[in-house]
Amino acid sequence: MKAADAIVEVRGLSRVFDVSGPWVSRLIGRERRRTLTAVDGLDFAIYRGETFGLVGESGSGKSTLARMVVGLLGPSQGQVLIDGVDLARTNNRTARRTVRRHMQMIFQDPFASLNPRWRVGDIIAEPICAFPARETGAHSLGKRAIAGRVDELLELVGLHPADAPKFPHEFSGGQRQRIAIARAIAAHPDFIVCDEPTSALDVSIQAQILNLMRDLQERLGLTYLLITHNLAVVRFMATRVGVMYLGRLVEIGDTDALFARPRHPYTRMLLDAVPDLSMSGSPRTPVAGEPPNPIDPPPGCPFHPRCPQAIAICKSERPAFRDNVACHLAHDG
Amino acid sequence: MTGPLLSVRDLRVEFATRKGPLVALDGVSFDIAPGEVLGVVGESGAGKSLTGLAVIGLLDPPGHIAGGEIRLDGERIDDLPPARMRLIRGRRIGIVFQDPLTSLNPLMRVGDQLTETILAHKPLGRRQAREQAIAWLGEVGIPSPEKRIDGYPHEFSGGMRQRVVIALALCAEPQLVIADEPTTALDVSVQAQIISLLKNLTRRHGVAVMLITHDMGVIAETADRVAVMYAGSIVEVGEVHELVRNPLHPYTQGLMAAIPTLAVRARRLAQIPGAVPRLSAIPRGCAFAPRCPRVFERCAERPPLIVVGERGAACWLYDRASAAADVRN
Repeated sequence: MKAADAIVEVRGLSRVFDVSGPWVSRLIGRERRRTLTAVDGLDFAIYRGETFGLVGESGSGKSTLARMVVGLLGPSQGQVLIDGVDLARTNNRTARRTVRRHMQMIFQDPFASLNPRWRVGDIIAEPICAFPARETGAHSLGKRAIAGRVDELLELVGLHPADAPKFPHEFSGGQRQRIAIARAIAAHPDFIVCDEPTSALDVSIQAQILNLMRDLQERLGLTYLLITHNLAVVRFMATRVGVMYLGRLVEIGDTDALFARPRHPYTRMLLDAVPDLSMSGSPRTPVAGEPPNPIDPPPGCPFHPRCPQAIAICKSERPAFRDNVACHLAHDG
Repeated sequence: MTGPLLSVRDLRVEFATRKGPLVALDGVSFDIAPGEVLGVVGESGAGKSLTGLAVIGLLDPPGHIAGGEIRLDGERIDDLPPARMRLIRGRRIGIVFQDPLTSLNPLMRVGDQLTETILAHKPLGRRQAREQAIAWLGEVGIPSPEKRIDGYPHEFSGGMRQRVVIALALCAEPQLVIADEPTTALDVSVQAQIISLLKNLTRRHGVAVMLITHDMGVIAETADRVAVMYAGSIVEVGEVHELVRNPLHPYTQGLMAAIPTLAVRARRLAQIPGAVPRLSAIPRGCAFAPRCPRVFERCAERPPLIVVGERGAACWLYDRASAAADVRN
């Protein structure tokens, strides 16, 4: 793939959090500073028009990564380039605004991500007002034009223009997520970061929202970064998948290939752990252990204590991320 | 064969409100045989957790049982005074809730919580109870239980805490365990461990399970039979393989088709239009009728659970008289 197509480029990205106690207790207890490396040296790119799925268990650093990509959190090391612009470092206001407008986010909990005291119409209109419209180039749209655009957006996400004067509490979870999606696409973004967009929803509603997201992607030419712990959702939505474990990428691959032939033992274990609806009765490898505490990660390959195939080198040497996988065995074989 | 262990008949649960009673469960009937795992599946608001709470007598006011009966081993338990019910809860019916952090006491050592439960329900001395507690911790797969028994809940990981909760539910050797979303708060890899633990332990001890979850995959892995709930009623019940392969009720069909799978990348997911009705606005006839693709005149009337072979479906499509009429139309 050509790097020119990349909408997002992540280079050597890390984020470290200071999780030590207050300094007084550190002084008295002679404790040392403790840090948690939530994201550790990631390198990957997201290409225009694709859905890049990021899976991992809790504590794997997926949400920290999402927050760094949209610029809600600064990186400790490395950089995130969006359309070639590093949001955390650039001083160019116009470049920054352009990038910001092209990027939006959809959050997990539609009950928390919508202001309960704002009318739906105002929630959806906010990004339109905040960013001068692209079509007209004018500094601000007239009130009537904004209302018209809000109606259009409401219909686009399967709601009704009559819903604009209502408040969020009048809607169900699925409808609220539709409102959040309408807000996200209001300012004509190219790239949307979706952090567990359907985890709070029931399956039948999840199907509606996932279908809607795919329809919108086709119609508006969107690029998605989809973060989820649900492998079936990734299977349905993503063109490419990255698997994270303890802040590191262990494997990246095209969705079909990764699900058919997982290369990293952790990916294999994850796929094996999903309850099987088809009830094929195929024997599975029992899963061992739980994800370790990221404050005190194991040396070498972070997965080695749970890995059924671990060999001596896995305990001492951290495998490099090479050829789209971080595993000593995959590199040798 | 002996009778069912748990038998629920025409259970009706109402919430008293200023605007009059709100019917949350209506005409819920099911049986659980000794040692059987019954999965109860449904979307939020379907009434699955409420059914579990009604069985163990933990409905919070203003919710109350307004009709029907619940029998455990033939004995009615829905109208027992709280003191009698307390003897059944824990001793004869164990409970596993979703969030292991809230179901354990954070200020008590894990071992003390276990011994307390064992002492409350069994005629044992303190030392024996502690030995049993250690044995149970070992049985639920906690490494070096004789050391961990003196730990506090916060020293355990999420999966280990849920193992402790399972030990708590089983340590009084109940006949039935009600597990309400036991794996929902856990990661997939840990979820698989907890499911197989629950399955193996209950089988080994001959304990029946009422497994409440929204995850059809968990049910398919664990349950013998499934009851599908929608808007406060059971819409379909049957043997798990049959029901998953060939769902009868249009709601179950829609639900199964809406679940994305790992096997193939579907072009589109089937979706059920609309949303689950609010309790205050459940349609008069079949509650699913407004969202149903196969709705016809008869649906204005509430369908009973109609027996279809070994299974039951609350849908007029399976009523012989109306099915014939449907073909004619």
